[in-house]
Amino acid sequence: MTSVSMTVNGKAVSGDVEGRTLLVQFLREDLSLTGTHVGCDTSQCGACVVHVNGESVKACSLLAMACDGAEVTTIEGMANADGSLGVIQQAFQDHHGLQCGFCTPGMVMSAADLLQKNGSPTEGEIREWLEGNICRCTGYHNIVKSIQAAAAVLNGQAQAAE
Amino acid sequence: MPKDQGIGASSKRREDIRFLTGKGQYTDDLNRPGQTYAYILRSNVAHGAINGIDTGAASAAPGVVRVFTSADMEGLGGVPCGWQVTDKNGDPMKEPMHPILAAGKVRHVGDPIAVVVAESLNEARDAAELIEVDISELPAQIDMASAISGGAALHEEAPDNICFDWEFVAENKAAVDEAIAGAHHVTTLELTNNRLVANPMEPRCAIGEYNSATEEHTLYTTSQNPHVIRLLMGAFVLSIPEHKLRVVAPDVGGGFGSKIYHYAEEAFVTWASKQLGRPIKWTSDRSEAFVSDAQGRDHVTKVELAMDEQGKFLALRCSTLANMGAYLSTFAPCVPTWLHGTLLAGNYTTPLIFTNVKAVFTNTVPVDAYRGAGRPEATYQLERTIDKAAREMGIDPIELRRRNFIQPDQYPYATPVAVEYDSGNYTATMDKAVEIANVAGFAGRKAESAARGKLRGLGVASYIEACGIAPSTLVGALGARAGLYEAATVRVNPTGSISVMTGSHSHGQGHETTFAQVVADRLGCDESQIDIVHGDTSKIPFGMGTYGSRSLAVGGSAIVKSVDKIVAKAKKIAAHLMEASDADVEFANGEFSVAGTDKKVAWGDVALTAYVPHNFPHETLEPGLEETSFYDPANFTYPAGAYICEVEVDPETGVVEILDFTAADDFGNVVNPMIVEGQVHGGLAQGIGQAMLEGAVYDADGQLISASFMDYAMPRADDLPSFAVDHSSVTPCTHNPLGVKGCGEAGAIGSPPALVNAVVDALAERGVTHIDMPLTPKRVWEAMNS
Repeated sequence: MTSVSMTVNGKAVSGDVEGRTLLVQFLREDLSLTGTHVGCDTSQCGACVVHVNGESVKACSLLAMACDGAEVTTIEGMANADGSLGVIQQAFQDHHGLQCGFCTPGMVMSAADLLQKNGSPTEGEIREWLEGNICRCTGYHNIVKSIQAAAAVLNGQAQAAE
Repeated sequence: MPKDQGIGASSKRREDIRFLTGKGQYTDDLNRPGQTYAYILRSNVAHGAINGIDTGAASAAPGVVRVFTSADMEGLGGVPCGWQVTDKNGDPMKEPMHPILAAGKVRHVGDPIAVVVAESLNEARDAAELIEVDISELPAQIDMASAISGGAALHEEAPDNICFDWEFVAENKAAVDEAIAGAHHVTTLELTNNRLVANPMEPRCAIGEYNSATEEHTLYTTSQNPHVIRLLMGAFVLSIPEHKLRVVAPDVGGGFGSKIYHYAEEAFVTWASKQLGRPIKWTSDRSEAFVSDAQGRDHVTKVELAMDEQGKFLALRCSTLANMGAYLSTFAPCVPTWLHGTLLAGNYTTPLIFTNVKAVFTNTVPVDAYRGAGRPEATYQLERTIDKAAREMGIDPIELRRRNFIQPDQYPYATPVAVEYDSGNYTATMDKAVEIANVAGFAGRKAESAARGKLRGLGVASYIEACGIAPSTLVGALGARAGLYEAATVRVNPTGSISVMTGSHSHGQGHETTFAQVVADRLGCDESQIDIVHGDTSKIPFGMGTYGSRSLAVGGSAIVKSVDKIVAKAKKIAAHLMEASDADVEFANGEFSVAGTDKKVAWGDVALTAYVPHNFPHETLEPGLEETSFYDPANFTYPAGAYICEVEVDPETGVVEILDFTAADDFGNVVNPMIVEGQVHGGLAQGIGQAMLEGAVYDADGQLISASFMDYAMPRADDLPSFAVDHSSVTPCTHNPLGVKGCGEAGAIGSPPALVNAVVDALAERGVTHIDMPLTPKRVWEAMNS
């Protein structure tokens, strides 16, 4: 067992992990942050996407030990301070961008990273970015719409702030 | 002006809040005090005799609590089948034992052999590597045609590997043969409906827990129908009476059919948790799901369609080999028979139909219903054959369909395949699809593509499906071992809020929102006053669950029945409060009034009076305001529609690009348009996946070589276009109170033939008449260049 410490959703956390413990296992099993899901065992589905030091990453593809000292954000850290849905989360509800909800945390985390990097993505850019996130329910139609809508809101907020 | 509440409103989904904030509670998110973990050692060969299993070293490994094999489970039942089909010779189908853990033989890669239960999953997994299994391999039966032609038998009961040989409608056989022999033209097509893996994003999971103080078992499981699991597992496998067995299906991450069935792992954790006196959790990983979740489709079919000079359909003859896999899954036998043969009339007036279906055991994962179940197979064979017929007859494929459509004035329409369509208008949905897809402009677009060296094609398909499953008397006569009604309790709480307990289960369909809209509409109250409870046998009176696009048509109707009983009783209470006669009380907008007076009583006052009955008609009514109803449908419902797909094929590479996809559906009345459209999008994606990308591929030894998301091509976002979806053509269902038909499977049924027809249309000038799904670039290129 090895001791690891990291910051998750703004809180300092630590725990003892086996060398083989994945970040997603540490989040789900040690921290009970079960919003991050495991949908495959080949790093294909993207249900476990979280942010590590600001970048989206599949939490099944990192060892917990490798995240010692990192800043991690999960879906549980995406709501506004008052508990209301953040802009991207709200866009997913408004545009029916989810059905069973299982891929949703990964989709939201992935979308958030996309919009940090590209504030006004085209439909094609969104579809290409989501290559690593599989949804079996929505056919992606409304996920694309949700991300476009979130981009518009975030751009409006950015302009208002200027 | 769109409504913002009730039926017809695109209410935002209330369940989304927990899913979007990581607060959903899926089965694997649950952990029970003292929980142990199960890891299942599965067969890595497809067919073999087990000579011995040595669990000694595994049992002694660190953290191991116990190792189980079938020898520990003697006296338990096998995993049961819920539907019996009768062979053409009058015998019941062959129904071999499906043991919880393999006993004596393994019959597919993935067949469970032993289970290690340990303090942690890692310890269980490590210990499983120490188990020694001695297996003598037998020849694997993978190809259906060889399996039934002298292949080694999987089961003693079925020496020829045939589960049943079914004819329908047997009385039509001679007349169909005669019509085909004498017809002006007969179009023949042989095709494969490729085997699919449902792959809901949440892998299956089961937690068993036993309370020795109350002698109660609890099973938490990823199920579309917890009451059905309780019934099958309690009555047929473990002999646990219902009052001592609670089944909970919390948030479930998609199902698409694969989570209908009772699986061996559920029985194992329920039984073994009592043996150990500790809860046991088993969570499938994805590789395991590929070899243990029931798979879908897998038909090989020959179709013959006879026509007169004008293209009028005279007779249809089909013969199908349907793969059952190694064992009979819960509803497997009904999929290629009653869910398939009864839909072979499609949207058309074909007077004579005969089909023969041979169900075959093979050394593959069991096959059962997957989104659409039997109806996609029927639609695909019909709509592909009609397209081929149109080309052979020199008739436009849309026109050929129109000539044969059942007409709006022909309802109710009794087909020659035992079902009666209650309503529909197939010309209307075709007109709508043709308009949205701008079929008139296709020739110009094709020329433009040709100028760029691309081959453009347009494909059309009509579909009909039988949903709202199903009238119990009818399915009982056809072999079902369960009724297919639905149950609902509506409880008005003392302060007027409402709890609805429904046997329908939501695993993505949005019932918590849609059902609340239905109740709010009927009671004139705010949706926020209504709570929808599902997924727990201890909270809900009974239920048959969610599949076959039945939730709103059957489950919603049960809710409506209960609401109507509530209103009737509430009116009597209100009449007493207003000192009026029951007959004079009116109920509207959540308020009771007496016609022609200014007397009014609010909903909340009636609710409170029901529970604080100081001033109450005790002589005629009981206190309380709660009603339970069971709704057994009078008929199936028949959603139908027309789909049009436009593609461009690169002749250099065989790559197909979907340019546009139009779906015009008639779902009857629609409660939440946003949710209905989402259901269609998802169905289209799965149907397009089948047509373009997906296929469960076994090698000759029975290894599933497409057993991960790296090998099995599920549609990704950049494989699909945005869709044009329309549900404005409405012919309400005539026999349920909401006039609804169901929308969950339509997209997966209508889209494969539309897409394949489009590709074949694009390649027609190269002499291509058919390509089997999935239309990979390799297959398309080979078809063009053969």
